[in-house]
Amino acid sequence: MSQNRRDFLKTIAVIGASGTALSTVTPKKIKAAPENIISNERKGVLVDTTVCIGCRKCEWACKGAHDIEQGNYEDYQNDKSFETNRRPSAKSLTVVNQYFTEETPATIKLQCMHCDHPACVSACIVGAFTKVENGSVIWDTNKCIGCRYCMVACPFQVPSFEYEKALDPKIAKCDFCYERTKVGKLPACIEICPVEAMTYGKREDLILEAKRRIKNYPDRYYDHIFGEYEVGGTSWLYIAQKDLVSSVFPKLGNNPAPGVSESIQHGLFAYFVPPIAVYALLGGIMWLSKDRETKKENK
Amino acid sequence: MSHLHLPTPISKKFFTPGVIVLSVIALNGIIFLLGRFFFGIGSVTNLNDQFPWGIWIGLDVAAGVALAAGGFTTAALGHIMHRDKYETVIRPALLTAMLGYTFVATGVFVDIGRWYYIWHPLVMWNGNSALFEVGICVMIYVSVLYIEFLPIVTERFIDKVNLPGFLSRFNKIIDRLLRALDRGLSKTMFVFIIAGVVLSCLHQSSLGTLMIIAGPKMHPLWQTPILPLLFLLSAFSVGFPMVIAESLSASRSFGLKPETEVLSSLSKFIAPLLGIYLIGKLGDMVIRETFVYLAEINSISIMFGIEIIIGVIVPLRMFLSPEVRKSPTGLFIASMLVIFGVVMNRFNNFVTAYNPPYAVESYFPSFGEISVTLGFVAIEILMYRLFVMIFPVISIPSTKANIKTKYAIRGVAK
Repeated sequence: MSQNRRDFLKTIAVIGASGTALSTVTPKKIKAAPENIISNERKGVLVDTTVCIGCRKCEWACKGAHDIEQGNYEDYQNDKSFETNRRPSAKSLTVVNQYFTEETPATIKLQCMHCDHPACVSACIVGAFTKVENGSVIWDTNKCIGCRYCMVACPFQVPSFEYEKALDPKIAKCDFCYERTKVGKLPACIEICPVEAMTYGKREDLILEAKRRIKNYPDRYYDHIFGEYEVGGTSWLYIAQKDLVSSVFPKLGNNPAPGVSESIQHGLFAYFVPPIAVYALLGGIMWLSKDRETKKENK
Repeated sequence: MSHLHLPTPISKKFFTPGVIVLSVIALNGIIFLLGRFFFGIGSVTNLNDQFPWGIWIGLDVAAGVALAAGGFTTAALGHIMHRDKYETVIRPALLTAMLGYTFVATGVFVDIGRWYYIWHPLVMWNGNSALFEVGICVMIYVSVLYIEFLPIVTERFIDKVNLPGFLSRFNKIIDRLLRALDRGLSKTMFVFIIAGVVLSCLHQSSLGTLMIIAGPKMHPLWQTPILPLLFLLSAFSVGFPMVIAESLSASRSFGLKPETEVLSSLSKFIAPLLGIYLIGKLGDMVIRETFVYLAEINSISIMFGIEIIIGVIVPLRMFLSPEVRKSPTGLFIASMLVIFGVVMNRFNNFVTAYNPPYAVESYFPSFGEISVTLGFVAIEILMYRLFVMIFPVISIPSTKANIKTKYAIRGVAK
């Protein structure tokens, strides 16, 4: 009898334990949409383009950190690359371009902006993109089917695709050095920058710092922090001598990049009520019109 | 009914000069397709980081889905509203839809970079993604279409299973299997027919949601939050023209008398449907005041003009005229214009309207891309020809009265 009771208790314990285990495991496993964590602790980068000297060391370091053929650093030291307006690509996840202010040419580093509400995360058919807690938007090679909808969706035209590869082509974009920041290192481009044009830190601290600089040096900066509100906010923030919109970045507005697509999507499928209602309606019509032809004949 | 129409396999020679031309086009497409699989998408297409989607998505998939709309629109009319006189066109429309969706799936398969992962959306869900919704709905709908086609297969082979050689010992088992399938399906088919219509409405509209996320990259003439509605309405209005055009081409190709009577009464629905679509399209333009973009004459506004005038307004006027509706030639031309208009609309939405902020040069499809698209169309027509010669799809006048009046999907049998 006592034996039985112990068995009973044991079973209860096992059920309880598995229940707890399930409740902790399942939400992660069956979550339909990819995670989009907007943590207050999320990191960001403040790019002060008035400091950047266009040495392109960041391009070189980035390639090294992502196993891309980087070549000699000496080859980067020519101004030829400034002749064309380059874009981040699979061969170079970040690029430094030159643009012209009133007096002098300035340089600006471009890469994925790591939006707070990324269009790529929303668009991806299999949820291969994730906005992680430290602010990075990362891509999972084990999920991606290569449909390139993320490229259609991205407002900054950042993700790149390896068109020349027949097998295992990748969607390439800056991952905010997720593998490095995970273990406490700085992103490669920031670590190497000789003039500290970039500041890495908590996003909200960076905004305060940017505001301080703009307030203290009104002659040096145009009064706008690009990325503070654009497309709902981005992890990478820029301050510059002049307005970067249209000369460097597209005009985008302050609504999150996924825009209305998510609300339409959720409206059409709200708890599956609309599809089921249509199904019921059609079933009703089918049932009611069943005897249509016979009725006509009887008249 | 004065004369009986019975779906019958067509017995004609398969190879004709037209078929040989189509085979050459198909072969050319297949060669470029092999290039895509061996040397990457970049070796065959003009796609790049600025223009990730080209005509393989814009035409093969988006226009393909729309042109397969004949399947669900005739199913709704014939099976759900029980307009029995249209049953002669249901089977051809079903076959067109089935082949159409098969090629849509193939189009997706060749366009995605990692084709071996095409099954991923089945297990990796992202409910926020419009593409996910389209993908899942199309996958389920393809299965539903094949199920809807099964009664035609059982009808063809019950009592006629005759395998060669040692396989003949399976004849009886297969026959019994077909009979069981037929019995089961005749009782449950209504579930699939309604499901087919619901799924079609869902993914036809979600196809419109796809480009909304492109935001300012898409030209304001097309970028609107009501794109899902416009896509659904245009799919509604292209369904019957597809059925008419395809029925007229088939009867011409096989030397049959065109079913003008059925087709002209089917064509009465087209003008109102096109009208509703036009109101949606123009109303949206007025509300968002995008007509200002028509003042500047450039390739964008010209493409928009062609889409609306030649693809919607002209055929709308044509379908209002009783003379056009009574003549096979008039029906054919007007239907082809609607089809052209919807193809244009899909092309414009996915290709013309897409203008990324850092585009260096505009996109124009490569010879290889065009070859593959034409090859797909050619193979689809050849498959259609093959299918109607094997299976009872096209109705031809018959003296035999069929007493089996099981489910409506069996076609006219009264």
